[in-house]
Amino acid sequence: MNDSLSPVFAALADPTRRDMVARLTEADATVGELAKPYDVSVQAISKHLKVLEQAGLVTRVAEGHRSPVHLEAEVFELMTKWIERYRQRAEARYRRLDAVLAEMNDETTGRRSRKETA
Amino acid sequence: MTGTMTAAIEADPTVPLIRISRDFTATPAQLFRAHTDPELFARWVGPDRMRTNVDYWDPRTGGSWRYVAAAEGAEHAFRGCFHEVRPDRIVQTFTWEGAPDEVALETLTFEDLGDGRTRLHAQSLSDSFEARDGWLRSGMEVGVNDGYAKLDCLLAAGEVPATRGGAA
Repeated sequence: MNDSLSPVFAALADPTRRDMVARLTEADATVGELAKPYDVSVQAISKHLKVLEQAGLVTRVAEGHRSPVHLEAEVFELMTKWIERYRQRAEARYRRLDAVLAEMNDETTGRRSRKETA
Repeated sequence: MTGTMTAAIEADPTVPLIRISRDFTATPAQLFRAHTDPELFARWVGPDRMRTNVDYWDPRTGGSWRYVAAAEGAEHAFRGCFHEVRPDRIVQTFTWEGAPDEVALETLTFEDLGDGRTRLHAQSLSDSFEARDGWLRSGMEVGVNDGYAKLDCLLAAGEVPATRGGAA
């Protein structure tokens, strides 16, 4: 698998493509089905699909509007996992900061007891 | 974005940016102090099992800083310049000395929410998507340390919400 997630991020930069991916998390769909809720041409949707395909986010067994589009959940999850891990590390750091701030509060308010856990 | 009792994250798809926001029970002045007082900063910045030793620290516009995080024989040094330091905002460069050519630009803002609460906005702009993705990925290999065990307990206890939607 490619080390860089940049094409994935880029592919998901567009709200229509994000929406398409969200719908594909539920089930495979054909281009026609994907195009239905939008006020755009099937061609426009095909273009979006191409971007998603190039990022490795979706695959199609064959070209053509009848062929179902499949979400490559692994690629999608890898990205969300990276981001979530990063977020968790930030959260762990900020929980330590919570504790430091709570102590500063105690100092300034004269031992107001705090029940918050670090 | 609504309340961010736990850290909310956004990886921008169009620029190599990571944004995090988080609410704190503290005034902007306290949050500012926790970011500029080296003794306080060292206590929360590093992972639980790392000791953070501040090498030099001059938190004023045009000043510079360097600290070393150490654990089990491994040392990681970080350094940068305080581009601007003011009560509601800190802008600084950030370099991990292991990749000295990569410089990230960090902007921290302290948004006063009133009632002794402050929202921290932390934005980190890398100089390439590769570098940004590298930062995002860098957590993967340390995923089994004590800090995570603790965090996983918190997660299990339902104190941290599960992954948000997943969209970037």
